[in-house]
Amino acid sequence: MLRVEKLNYDVKGRKLLKDVSLQVRKGEMVVLLGSNGAGKSTLMRLLACDQKPSSGFISLNRQPLDEYDQRTLARCRALLTQQQQVSLAFKVREIVFMGRYPHFDAVAQPQDYTIVDEVMELCGISDFSDRVYMSLSGGEQQRVQLARVLAQIWDNPDSLLLLDEPISALDMHYQQKVLAIAKALSRRGYMVVLVLHDLNFAANYADRIIMLKHGRKLFDGTPMEVLNAKNIYTVFSVEAQVEMNPKTLRPYVKLEEMTLDGQLVTNII
Amino acid sequence: MVLTVSLVVVAMFSLGLGAYHIPVGDVWGLLMHKIGLSNLPTEKALDDNVLFVVRMPRVLLGLLVGAALGVSGAGIQGIFRNPLADPGLIGISSGASLFAVLVIAFESLLFVGLSQLLGHYLLILGAFIGAGLTAFLVYRISLKEGRPQVTTMLLAGIAINGLAGAITGLMTYMATEQQLRTITFWMLGNLGGATWENVTAVAPFILIPMFCTLFFGKALNAFALGEMQADLLGMQTDRVKLWVVTLGTLAVGASVAVSGIIGFVGLLVPHTVRLLGGADNRYVLMGSTVMGAMVLTLADVLSRTLAAPIELPIGVITALLGTPVFLYILIKEK
Repeated sequence: MLRVEKLNYDVKGRKLLKDVSLQVRKGEMVVLLGSNGAGKSTLMRLLACDQKPSSGFISLNRQPLDEYDQRTLARCRALLTQQQQVSLAFKVREIVFMGRYPHFDAVAQPQDYTIVDEVMELCGISDFSDRVYMSLSGGEQQRVQLARVLAQIWDNPDSLLLLDEPISALDMHYQQKVLAIAKALSRRGYMVVLVLHDLNFAANYADRIIMLKHGRKLFDGTPMEVLNAKNIYTVFSVEAQVEMNPKTLRPYVKLEEMTLDGQLVTNII
Repeated sequence: MVLTVSLVVVAMFSLGLGAYHIPVGDVWGLLMHKIGLSNLPTEKALDDNVLFVVRMPRVLLGLLVGAALGVSGAGIQGIFRNPLADPGLIGISSGASLFAVLVIAFESLLFVGLSQLLGHYLLILGAFIGAGLTAFLVYRISLKEGRPQVTTMLLAGIAINGLAGAITGLMTYMATEQQLRTITFWMLGNLGGATWENVTAVAPFILIPMFCTLFFGKALNAFALGEMQADLLGMQTDRVKLWVVTLGTLAVGASVAVSGIIGFVGLLVPHTVRLLGGADNRYVLMGSTVMGAMVLTLADVLSRTLAAPIELPIGVITALLGTPVFLYILIKEK
């Protein structure tokens, strides 16, 4: 259980998060939605304990987050973020293997190697496990990082999995696959929190959706409760039509095309 | 494994070569005799002298310094996440040079008492203190809310290197002929000053940090993912940065203090080791230690034999050999 109460985060006088409270239960998949700068990535980093909040309280599995020892926390919480460049010639397998580092001191156990093989198979990167990471395409690298993050918590279903825009660089096949993996993990008991940009992916996969705007939580509920035209406009300033998909009983969002203001167009011409 | 065997072979070879030549077979015989395993024919007494009083400390120093430069280079490349990093980046070499030059320039003025007390060691001590001070300064500047920032370290290193270089240049300009010779001789690096006293004094400062650095293999690997992810994996990056910088400063500071500035080894040895066997630091740290020792010993052989009986400064050899190798690597990787 992840419990967040009245979280505030200020940086140099700017309030990035204001009084955010939420809960994620075991086996729940929560999607964070919001426009750029809404505070989603900031919230993810606070949930990962990468930063300390200015005020407020976070607890994971009934223990306050800041009371965790770094190694123990690393075994029950993993965060996937945007790529950092790797400038040394590490192989794909070596990168994925780093996900197991919190699990052994000097010598890896056989299960560490098995887990690495399993996650690489799942993410479709076994074929290039011996290639140098730097030589892969952006999407392939993203899958490698996902595999590493999964390897970190593969043997602990009480873990918290945080995925910040995990499918932005992936092709259609892997976009669906990653979301399916996240969903399957949540069914196994993991707490999964994802930041996504596509409203329909959120509608189809999330158990709950949380919408942020300007650092505040505006809406929190099931896709049916939260995704409607009014809320979408409030948060994204985009016109949308929301219907219900009769097959899945989940909302289906159709975005209206945006037109530029008449005056602006003539100025351009 | 292969590296270690080649290292031993190179070391033996090196012991034999030089202005005064001792065949390898005899080297083995003399070593055995020293340990007490065979009998020494009397006409080999001069050989014995050369080998043990002059040659052996020098070769040992070459091994130690090479290993120190190699492993520290690998450590620094690990924390800066960049294969072009080098221990000199954090100011060690320029600080050591600065203080060495200060000692040489002001010896007759300020340090007369100390000079009489410590003699030859004054220079070594000065260089070591200089290396430590500049590295400490660079590290302190890089602290933000108590956490060392690697980019700030790099920039501070550049600034401190510049400042130290400027003052060193000024001192060199004002130095007398005699002082200038000493300064130049020291700055180009040489293992000629090796004596058993030197080497045993310096050895713990090199061996202990070197040994400790080997434990950071896993943590340095995680650094490649970026410091945030390394922290999320529980690797305690702040502690790693502090230790690697401290251990590197000790080992390289001690090396530079005794043998002057020797470039390229810290940069190229880890790089080559990576090209040979991959980037996993648990292997690279160990490999750089062995390869660094080997490379420097070889360079020392060259410095002693290329223009025998004149000795070429070893820093010149490493630069002359290192530059084309570096360019070759750059071009090949394009």
